[in-house]
Amino acid sequence: MLAWFPYAQPVGGLLGGLMIGLAAAVMLLGDGRIAGVSGMFSRAFGLNRSATPWAIAALFVAGLVIGALLFVGINGPIAAHYPPGIGWLIAGGLFVGYGTRLGSGCTSGHGVCGMSRLSPRSLLATATFILSGMVTVAIVNLLGGAW
Amino acid sequence: MSGVLFGAGLALSGMMDPTRVRGFLDIFGRWDPTLAFVMGGAVLVMAPAWWIQSRMRHPLADAAFHLPQTKQIDPRLLGGAGLFGIGWGLAGLCPGPGIASLATSFAPAAIFVAAMIGGMAVFNLIDARLRGG
Repeated sequence: MLAWFPYAQPVGGLLGGLMIGLAAAVMLLGDGRIAGVSGMFSRAFGLNRSATPWAIAALFVAGLVIGALLFVGINGPIAAHYPPGIGWLIAGGLFVGYGTRLGSGCTSGHGVCGMSRLSPRSLLATATFILSGMVTVAIVNLLGGAW
Repeated sequence: MSGVLFGAGLALSGMMDPTRVRGFLDIFGRWDPTLAFVMGGAVLVMAPAWWIQSRMRHPLADAAFHLPQTKQIDPRLLGGAGLFGIGWGLAGLCPGPGIASLATSFAPAAIFVAAMIGGMAVFNLIDARLRGG
């Protein structure tokens, strides 16, 4: 079936996913916390009142950058095609920031940690943001804004 | 430690390419299923981790677990997830890849991350008003 999607990267995706799962497992079994990026990020920037110690949140966020840096240092550059124009990034960032605070999580917290815990809240949140993302992309395409 | 692994995993997974993330959401166009493999791989590791967690009294490095206890499914959860999805579809980035991309595509990633901080700050302002704080 994957032959239909020649541009897909199933092996890299699966291996990267296993690594992300391992990262979340280290956080859960080591520190006893959810490795939710939006939560850790907003905690590190003083934008939420979670009880997570600042150092844990800040180290986690710094680790994301360091991990990516190590990967490209060892493996070489990765492909990244950005939307044309900063308007997409600004609008996207505003919605992502507002939405993750209101909905208490993003792809990592709800998608990875919550779904694997079979949390009904997270299952529903994940279905909702995937659906709303698909609708958004479809509307952008209809309006001729595909990139 | 967890963050470093997470960042390297994101880089390996292809999720730091906004076009690929957008491709996953583009079901009527050039659909790219890679993101489903990433999420599947992560859940594959996390599911047994939750099983182990249920048999532990406390995490290795702390006296107690600090896990979300909220069970309520309310408009905040669904509205927030809905808005997050809009941003995800517009930019092709969610918080993890956006932050990790500061290492590789600094300028566009920094714009996205700055806007994300802005969105969170706006939320805090509105939330404080609503709570009468």
